Parts: sequence; structure tokens; C-alpha cells
Amino acid sequence: MRIPCPYCGERSNDEFTVLGDADVLLNRPTDMSLAAFDAYAHSRSNPAGPHRELWYHYGGCRQWLVVNRDTRSHAVLGVELARTSQRAS
Amino acid sequence: MKYSAFTVLREALRGGTGWLPAWREPEPKPEYDIVIVGGGGHGLATAYYLAKEHGLKNIAVVEKGHIGSGNVGRNTTIIRSNYLLPGNTPFYEWSLKLWEGLEQDFNFNAMVSQRGVLNLYHSDGQRDAYVRRGNAMRLNGVDAELLDAAGVRKMAPMLDFENARFPIEGGLLQRRGGTVRHDAVAWGYARGADSRGVDILQNTEVTGIRVESGRAVAVETNRGVIRAKKIGLACAGNSSRVAQMAGLHLPIESHVLQAFVSEGIKPLIDGVITFGAGHFYMSQSDKGGLVYGGDIDGYNSYAQRGNLYIIEDVHEAAMALCPSLGRLRMLRHWGGIMDMSMDGSPIIDKTPIDGLYLNAGWCYGGFKATPASGWCFAHTIARDEPHTLNAAFRLNRFTTGHLIDEKGAGAQPNLH
Repeated sequence: MRIPCPYCGERSNDEFTVLGDADVLLNRPTDMSLAAFDAYAHSRSNPAGPHRELWYHYGGCRQWLVVNRDTRSHAVLGVELARTSQRAS
Repeated sequence: MKYSAFTVLREALRGGTGWLPAWREPEPKPEYDIVIVGGGGHGLATAYYLAKEHGLKNIAVVEKGHIGSGNVGRNTTIIRSNYLLPGNTPFYEWSLKLWEGLEQDFNFNAMVSQRGVLNLYHSDGQRDAYVRRGNAMRLNGVDAELLDAAGVRKMAPMLDFENARFPIEGGLLQRRGGTVRHDAVAWGYARGADSRGVDILQNTEVTGIRVESGRAVAVETNRGVIRAKKIGLACAGNSSRVAQMAGLHLPIESHVLQAFVSEGIKPLIDGVITFGAGHFYMSQSDKGGLVYGGDIDGYNSYAQRGNLYIIEDVHEAAMALCPSLGRLRMLRHWGGIMDMSMDGSPIIDKTPIDGLYLNAGWCYGGFKATPASGWCFAHTIARDEPHTLNAAFRLNRFTTGHLIDEKGAGAQPNLH
């Protein structure tokens, strides 16, 4: 599986570590009720299909990326920098 | 038809023509008292114990493929109860006790082989952690021994004891741990459940769960709607997808774990050896191939295959531990879908929906739990409340903070 890093180009996935679901992790709730924090920390949609994930390019440019990847086939559907991604708060 | 040495002999004299099917292939009924979703090890064990321990009839197991085609058909066969935390140890020990009596109980040869599980340590710090775990085991009445380097050398002389990075200083040994022939577990539980009246419905995929007024009342399948008074989900890596059919969002991510078998060789590895520092473990099957593996790949996956860097990583760990393995060829490798939970421990519980029960979150350690998981899930469903042994495996423990985190890694599934 290769990840097309916006700075480094297409790199083997072992240059990266994966943090998790970008749609959750980049949308930290402003209302820190127990329910909101619990959902943020623990609840995941875990789809069989397109999944936006936070990847960190530790073996390259050391940027955080949002990788949209199909979890059924590992096909990479799109990559963008986390800081400019649409869902970042 | 009871299996025994006598029946093997009798049927051999009849040219093998008298063997009966091990389970029926019934048409789905429109309604059952209990429907178990998932015909893997845990689902089949649950149906078996519902019928056997609780005397319940009118049960169906619904499986989207053929039984045993998921993780129970492709794991590394290890059984053990060498856990640290109070929520875990009694449960896994009960499972090991069930393994010890299982073949007689379900009249099927599962090749339960208690050949020992040895966790190697390479530093004082790792030794101290293993001493702590061994003492936790002893406090729960579980067998544990601490071996020094000489003790390990007697059991496994072929390992690299002088490895500069990972010198072998000793190991934590559970002699009652070992391996089991995993396919036989699925078949044995299926045959035992079927013979007690459970309908095993293969190639029957659940596509929806009907909830009316907060109560689960039916599953929708590719073979029609099946109504049920109680529904138990035992879907392993597919738990999130199935639970979402009932509107539940689980604290689970599905990840790929790869595992390997080498070409067959003469007996070399007598027991199960784990190299915790290198994240590697191995044993040898009775066919002669080494059965081994290491870490999960680290990203969400339903693909049932992984990537090359893990293959390289696992084999590097094998070479560091036992350089003589370098002459062997990897024969077979595969990947499965692991339901990784937010604390690395499982969930066996009721859900907020009446009549809907959940068994999930086994990460990569579900095989050894198969008997106790089925036994406890059967109790939870039959009595509509958890047994003491699975009382800590609550779905809401992430909210209440009662986490069971053996590694202390926190709420990130790919770290467990």
C-alpha cells in the first residue's frame, strides 16, 4: 500500500503511523460534556468502505495527513494535509 | 452418531459409507426463541451451551458464509490463561478448564495439546513485569512458573541465547497452555449444537435488525425475515457493521492481523514460544509447519490481507530469536479482521436495546476464549444478565472508566 504524500510523493505505508478516524479526531467537541467526550474518545463508525484517517509521515516530511482510504481494498482515494482538510476545526 | 474408536473401526469395515452428516442444513423457520448472528467459534459455542447448559430449544445460528470460514478457521491456535488483570484472569482460566474437558464434552477430537506457553524475557524490567503477571496468575489459582536462562535452554535450546540486543534471561511458563486444532472447534461445537436441535443456517447473511419500541424483534436476511425473542451478536471483525443495523455505535475498530505457516520440518519447537520484546510468537503444528505471527498492520481493514512491511517485520523477529529458521521458506500467509476494542479487552453484555446481546471486541485473542465466551454469552442471553465471569466485560465500561487495559496503552485500538 502506498500513500501519496503531498510533499514527498508516493511512499510505502511503513513510513507512516496511523492515529485513527480523522472525522472524529479533528472535530474535538467544544461542549465537553461526558457524553461528548465519551463519543470522541471511544465511539467509532469503523466503516467497510471509504474511511478518512489521520496518518503521520514520521519517515519523511513529518506532516499529519488525512488519508481517505477504502478499508475493503486499501485503495487510497485521496490525501490532503490535516491542517488544511475540510473537516479540521 | 457418537464418535469413538469403535465407530471408526466399524465404518472402516463398511468402506466409510456409513458416516452421517455432522450437522443438518435446515430451511430457516420464520421465528426462533434465540438467533445468534455469526457462525464462528464464539457463535457456535454460544448455541451449544444454550442448548446443553440451559436446555433451550428453538435456536438458530445465522452465518453469512460457511461456518468456520472466519477467524476460527485461520488463527494461530494458541490457548492460555496467563493474563494480568482481575477482570480477565478468571475468565480465561475458566476457558482453559473448559478446553481441558472439551473433547469428551462435545465428542470430537479437537487435538487439545497442553504443550506449554513460554513468554521469554530479555531484561530485568521485563522480568519484573512477568513476575508481577505470574503472581497475579497464582493469586487466581492459575499455574505459572518463572524459568531462568538455563530453564529456557532445556526447553528450547535452538534459540539465540547470546543475542546482543535481546539476550534470553528467562521466561514465564504456563505449562497448561498450548494449542488446539481450530477447525475442529467449529465443527465440534456445530455438531454438538445441531444434535441438540440448533438450526445452523449457513450462507444466510443478516442485512438488517428490526427494533420496535426499544426491543429487537427480528433479523432481516438474504433468505427472508427471521423473528426472534432474543438476538445475540457474535460477529467478531464485522461487529460494528452489524451493530449499526440496530443503531448501535461500538468502541471498536476493525484491523488486519497477518499470520504465517512455514514449510513442514521435523519436530523443532515443542511448545508455544513468545518473544514479547520483538512482538513475535511461534509454535509448530503436527503437520510440521511452524505457525507464527506478530503485530497487527495498524490501519483499519476489512480486506483480510495485509502489507509487506509486516511480513518483513515478523520474519526479522523470527530471525532475531532463532537464526536457524533462516533456511525455511514461508509456505502460507493470510490476514483476518480483528475487532480491536478501546482497551484491548472484550465485551460480553446486554445492550441498551432489549433482547439484543453483544459479544465483540476480542482483538486478536478470541480463539483461546472460545469456550468461556460461548459459555458466558449463553448465560447472559439465557438469564438476561451477565455471569460473574463476564461481569467486567461491560459495553459501558468505557463511559464509566472501568477499563481492562492489560498493556496500559489507552483508548487507541491499534495500540492493543
